[in-house]
Parts: sequence; structure tokens; C-alpha cells
Amino acid sequence: MTDQTVSSGSFDWTSPAFKTNLKRRKRSQLRLKLLGLTAISIAFLMLALLIGSLVSTGYHAFTQTHIKMEVYLDPQEIDPENPDRGGYRDILTETMRTQFPEVADDRAALRRLTTMLSNGAQFTIRDAVVANPALIGQTVTFDVPVSDSYDQLNKGLIDRETPEQFRRLKDDEIANFDLLQDRGMVTKPLNTALITNADSRFPELAGLKGAIIGSFYALLTCFILSFPVGIGAAIYLEEFAPKNRVSDLIEININNLAAVPSVVFGLLALAVFLGWFGMPRSAPFVGGLTLALMTLPTIIIATRAALKAVPPSIREAALGVGASKQQVVFGHVLPLAMPGILTGTIIGLAQALGETAPLLLIGMNAFITSAPSTPFDSATALPTQIFIWADSPERGFVSRTSAAILVLLTFLITMNAVAIYLRSKFERKW
Amino acid sequence: MTLLAFLILFVAVAIGYTINLRAARAIRAGGTKPHSLDGFHGGYAALVILVPTFFLIIFWMLFQGVVINSLVKAGLPSGTFDGLGTGEIQLIMAEIRSIAGGRVFGTPEDWKLAAADRLVALRATSSWLLVAVTLAMVAVLILLTRRTVAADFRARHWVERIVLVLMVACATVAIFVTIGIVGSLMFETFRFFQMVPFWEFILGTSWEPQIPIREDQIAAEGAFGMLPVFLGTLVIATIAMVIATPIGLFSAIYLHEFASPRVRAVVKPVLEILSGVPTVVYGFFAILVIAPAIRSFGADLGLPIAPNTALAAGSVMGIMLVPFISSFADDALGAVPRSLRDGSLAVGATPAETVSKVLFPAAIPGIVGGILLAVSRAIGETMIVVMAAGLIAKMTINPLDSVTTVTVQIVTLLIGDTAFDSPKTLAAFALGMVLFLVTLVINIFALSIVRKYREIYD
Repeated sequence: MTDQTVSSGSFDWTSPAFKTNLKRRKRSQLRLKLLGLTAISIAFLMLALLIGSLVSTGYHAFTQTHIKMEVYLDPQEIDPENPDRGGYRDILTETMRTQFPEVADDRAALRRLTTMLSNGAQFTIRDAVVANPALIGQTVTFDVPVSDSYDQLNKGLIDRETPEQFRRLKDDEIANFDLLQDRGMVTKPLNTALITNADSRFPELAGLKGAIIGSFYALLTCFILSFPVGIGAAIYLEEFAPKNRVSDLIEININNLAAVPSVVFGLLALAVFLGWFGMPRSAPFVGGLTLALMTLPTIIIATRAALKAVPPSIREAALGVGASKQQVVFGHVLPLAMPGILTGTIIGLAQALGETAPLLLIGMNAFITSAPSTPFDSATALPTQIFIWADSPERGFVSRTSAAILVLLTFLITMNAVAIYLRSKFERKW
Repeated sequence: MTLLAFLILFVAVAIGYTINLRAARAIRAGGTKPHSLDGFHGGYAALVILVPTFFLIIFWMLFQGVVINSLVKAGLPSGTFDGLGTGEIQLIMAEIRSIAGGRVFGTPEDWKLAAADRLVALRATSSWLLVAVTLAMVAVLILLTRRTVAADFRARHWVERIVLVLMVACATVAIFVTIGIVGSLMFETFRFFQMVPFWEFILGTSWEPQIPIREDQIAAEGAFGMLPVFLGTLVIATIAMVIATPIGLFSAIYLHEFASPRVRAVVKPVLEILSGVPTVVYGFFAILVIAPAIRSFGADLGLPIAPNTALAAGSVMGIMLVPFISSFADDALGAVPRSLRDGSLAVGATPAETVSKVLFPAAIPGIVGGILLAVSRAIGETMIVVMAAGLIAKMTINPLDSVTTVTVQIVTLLIGDTAFDSPKTLAAFALGMVLFLVTLVINIFALSIVRKYREIYD
């Protein structure tokens, strides 16, 4: 009978039925809490996994194995009149022969030995000689990068226990490398080439210089175009636009534009900028133009929010002392809203920096081995460079892709940190 | 040369501003009080010089290439292009351009060399003409604006009028972008449907865009049925939503109802990081970590899993969408009036019951709007699927299999050099049109739900 007392006026708070019911309800509360915690932990775990995997594969690329060796710059190989076209490959072969006298006459073995050095080694020597032709005929110590396989070996990424036929380096090649290592010729300095070189087919020479400069030009173009236009549009819509159909249309339009897939902007750029106006392919300027169209809605929305946050009393006070509507906006409201606007703009630019798909469609994924000198030269951008490297089959590019991602993330984090700093430092609460 | 034109323009703006400012000051010093402040007289001159000349230079830059190109084409010996496709014409023009740039390969025909010379000459003429026209224009404008300075000239009104027009122009840029998107997509799509029947594209069940490039080449006929591609998109988007929706919703509920302010202050920004990571990074993450993990897991269970299974791309996309859904749901829960929540707690409901039986139903429209926006993102997401999903279109809904998506096809069809007259290239624009329309419909629907819902409680 006790469980029917619910309908009557008095309620038995101590009844076992109520207690089990309460326990059930508390359990379901706990369940919901646990579900929420699980959801958050999954998200955190994934973020940790993402960053952990990038760091664990990427840190290898921040160092590069070099071999320090004495190179005799044979005057017979280099013409002092024309040091550009010397037989630098032969000089290197000769150097390896002095290191391994036992293979001196075996040309095939000698050739295999020289593959230990990077393909770029001869250019390092050439550049040194071109810069200082007086070196010809002397013996000079050079620090040259080794090729990718040996770099992997030195970093412990090639398992020496693997049976020889499944390994990329054969036993004798490993033995040769160990010999050099025992002589103290192998060094592992910081991989400055990652920042100072442009792209290359060879992982040990590939760097991000071209991509970073390309991204910089693209972002600069994007900022120059989208910042004034975005602020102009936002001020008009927020402060001057009459409430009518046209304003509504513009507003809906901007909101929808913010949600259009980025690849569609790439199609627009391909058809209009490249197809109709004949702008150059792969140019950071065109990339920046495309990114500006995508960043525009973000900046407009952020600027409107910042303008809205300025209290009406400021406007009324200025109007009251006789300022015109535009004097109010440009003299008082806009300066007060600037921190918010800048924050929104930086966040928009950070998004634009990570944007890849539209840049692929306008050809910013080309293989370009020199950094662009103007925004109209062919170039890659950081995200497209990551895409290119992620697609490359050489093992060394895996760690370089991760390293490039870490570089990109560093830029993004810096930009966001600046935005957060601006917001906390200058934004006023009214 | 364009740089010189811009330099001239900015110097002229500075000169015009100073001249008018001084003139206005002189009037003021003479004892009469001008209608506008001196600065507005200067600003009027600056704007009148800047705006028209700036647009002149921009339009010159935009159209000089097109004009020079057609002039060079017109100057070629008649009959050069007879019977050639647009691809071959483009090739000839590219060769002429590279000769003009000083990169001569082999021994080109004399008419090509002549055309290259003409191209160089035309380019030089164009840039000199630009500088000359700019100079003339700013000179005239400086003189004209100087004459306007007078005590009763309403400079402020004019400046404000010009600024207003400029701002309206900025606001309409967004409309022009939309028109540009729709126009270019429609134009290319229309050309596509002249080559491939409309219904074959909409209802066809086979997608094989490999078409022969030369007449004698043996290749597949080429089939352009978008259904398998669209199905693949749906498969991946569904996987992403299956993962993102519960994780996003439950974390939002926890953050909104159970988390202390301190926990919230840590967890929310960390979740935001997930949404700030560029998609190309997620794509690399999918091929580096997730796909191998899924495959080895499947191998343990004895399941046949394709190397680029839809599961890898879909689940990584799901992770990307978690913060998106979670912040939308958090906002929606926060927008429910406090009275509803207090009422529920007052009659003895536990916080969990309040969330699931009172707040959640009240917030449903906002949450659905957020989920729909996430769906539209999943459909339009490009880099993750380009890197981690397959290339071959299959009519399958098996998540373990490899599927392709609309965005993957767009990118792979358009990467590399493209001619605008093959159905292969145009098919990408037709797919882009479909993508644009689908996401547009979802977005409009979602935004209207969110907006209407906000109005209810405001």
C-alpha cells in the first residue's frame, strides 16, 4: 500500500520505494556526468595523440646528419675562370676514395659510397668555391649533409636487426657509415636547411623558405584587401544601413558566405581570376586574393560585434556636442572598437594561413625549388607544402611533414596568442 | 611600372591634400569662416584624386593581359588557329609568352618570334601608357579640386557622401562574391551539360572521369554519373557526424551543467584548439596514425579493411567537428531562460533531469541548427578526404571500404594544368555547383532555425 501514498497528500520520504527511486535518479545523474567526462576525455585524448604523433615523428627533422670531411679542391677539376662548372662530383668521389682506400679501384663500390653524401653536397662545395675562388687547390674542411637513408640510420629509424634484404641499407653500407662515425666525422647539428632552403626532391635538402615567404605574401595580400573592405562593410551595415530588404539580403549573404566550403572559393578563383582575367598560376597574390574573399565574412562579423559592444552613450555624447554621424563613428566608435576588430582580423588571418584547398586549385602545390621574390612569382604556401610533402614517397619526408606542421602550428599559436593578448589588454568592459 | 603608377598616385594624394588644406587655412586666416573644417577640404581633394585613379590602375592591371593577348592573337598570320582546339591555342600562346620572357626552346617559327617581339612591345607600351594616363589624371584632378576650395564649399558633406558610397561598395562586395561564385559555377556547369546529358550526371551510377586526351588513345569512354561520388560523401559525413554529435553534445552538457568555472575555463579553450588546427594537419594525422591503427585493428578481427577506408577520414573529420557542435550546443543551452532551469530545480529535479528533460528540449532548435551546420561542413570538407579517402567511386555504403567524395573529385580533376574545354575539367565545376547548392540549402535552413530560435527567447 505504501507506494500508493504518492497520490495522497502526505508523502513517505523514508519509504524503500522512494529510496530506490532516488538511488536510480542519482545513478542516472552520475551516468550523464560520466558520459560528459568521457566525451571530453576522448576529445583531449585525440588532441594529445595528434600533437604527440606530430612531435614524435617531427623532432627528427629538426636535426640533420652531416659528415665533416677534408676535401681537396683539385685545380684540374675546377676552371678558376668558370668555377660554376667544375667537376665537383668527381672531387667528392675522390674524397670518398681517400677515406676508403680499400675500394679505390672498384668503381661500382665507389659509386655506392658516394651515395652516402647528399646530392646537394657538390653544390655546397661549388657555392663555397664560387664565393672564394682562392680556395682552389687547397684542402678545405666541409660539413655536408648525408643522404636520407643514412640520416635515418643515424637517427635510429632504420632497424639494424632487420634481415638485410628488407633493409634499405645493406650491411656493407652500414659498416662504412659506422667506420666514419668511429673516426668522429659524423655530426648531427640543428637542421637550419629546414628554414633556409626552398623545396627539393631530396628530403635532406628540402626546406620551407619558399613556402613561408609564399604564405607571407598571400597573407599580406589577404590582409591589405580584406581589412579595409571588411571594416567598411561592417561600419555601413552596423551604423548606417537602413533596416530594409537590401540590408537584410546583404546580411544573409555574408552569413552564408562564411559557411560556403573553401573548395568552392578555389573554383571561383580558378574560373574567374585565372580563367577570365588571366592572372598567373601558383602566384601568392592570387592565393591572397582568394583567401581575402574567404576572410571577408569573418572580419565583417567580428567588426560588427566589436562595434555593437561600444555603448550607445559614447555615440550620444559625441552627437550631443555636434559631431556628424561619420565623425562620431570614425572619431570615437571605431577607435574604441579597434582592439576587438584587430582580434577578429588576426583570428581570420590565422584561419586563412591554414587554408589549403583553394590554394591547391590555383596551383600553389607546384614543385618550386626557389623562394618567390615578388607576390607574382610561382610559390607554394605552408599548408600546400605540407600537402606536397605528405604525398612524397621518401621516408625522410614523413618527419619533415610533421616538422612543417609544427612550424605552421607555431605560427598559428603565435597569431592566436597575439589576438588573445590584444583582447585582454585593450578590450574594455563597459 | 604599376608600382610607379601607385607611387605617383600616393604622392598626388598627399599633394592634393596639402594644397587644399593650405588654401582653406588661407581663407580662414583671411577672416572668413569656411563651412567645413580645413581638414575636410584636404580630405575632399585626397578622396577625389585617390578613388577614380585607384580604380583606373586596378582595371588597367586586370584587363591589360586580356587586351594584349587578343592583340597578339589578332596580329598572328591569318589561319594560324584554323582547326586547332583551345588546348593547342593555349600551348602556342604559352610558347609565345615564354619566348617573350627570354626562354627560347629549340628553334621556333619566325611568326612566333615576331609575335613574341610584338608581345614585348605591347607590354612596354601598356605600362608606359598607364604611367602617362595616371600622371595626366592626377594632374587634372589636383587642378580641379584646388578650384573647389571656397568659404561656402560644403567639403564635409562631400567627404561624407563619398565615404558612405565607398562603404556601401564594401558591403556589396559580399554580394558580388556570391554572384561571382554562382555565375562562374553556372557558366562552366552549363558548358558541361552541353557535353554530358543532365540526367546522366544526376542519376548516373558510374563515375569514371578518365577520358582519352588524344584521338588514338585507348582509354575508358568516361562516365559522369555523380551518384556514387555523392554517396561516398554521405558515407564519410555520416561517420563524422556519428562520432562528432555524441561527443560534442555530451561535452557541452557536462561543461554547461556540471563543470566548475575553473574546469570550464580550461576545457573550452582546449576544445577550441581542435577547431583551430588546419584541416591539412588532420589529413596527415589520418594517414599517419588513424588509418594504420584502424587497419591493424581490423586485421586482428579478421576484417578486410581498405587502406584508405572511409572510417579513417570520417572519424578524423568527426574529431574536427566536435568543438563546432559542442560550442553551438553550449550556446543553445545557455540561451534557455534561467527561469525554466530554476523552476525545474525547484520542483526537485536533479541537475541531470533538468538538462535532459527541460533545457535540452528547449534548446533543441539551436542544437539542430548547429548540427546541420556541422553536416554542411562535413560535406564541404576537402583536405582530410583528399589525403585520407579514396579516388575511385563505388556504389557502396560499407564504411570499411574506400569511397571517394565530391571534394576529392573536384581537387583531383583540377590539380595540375587544366584546359577549360574538356568534360573532365568542367565536371569538377558541375560537382562544385552541386556541392555549393547542397551546402547552401543546409546553411540557409540551419541559420534560419538558429535565428528563429534566438528570437523566441530574446
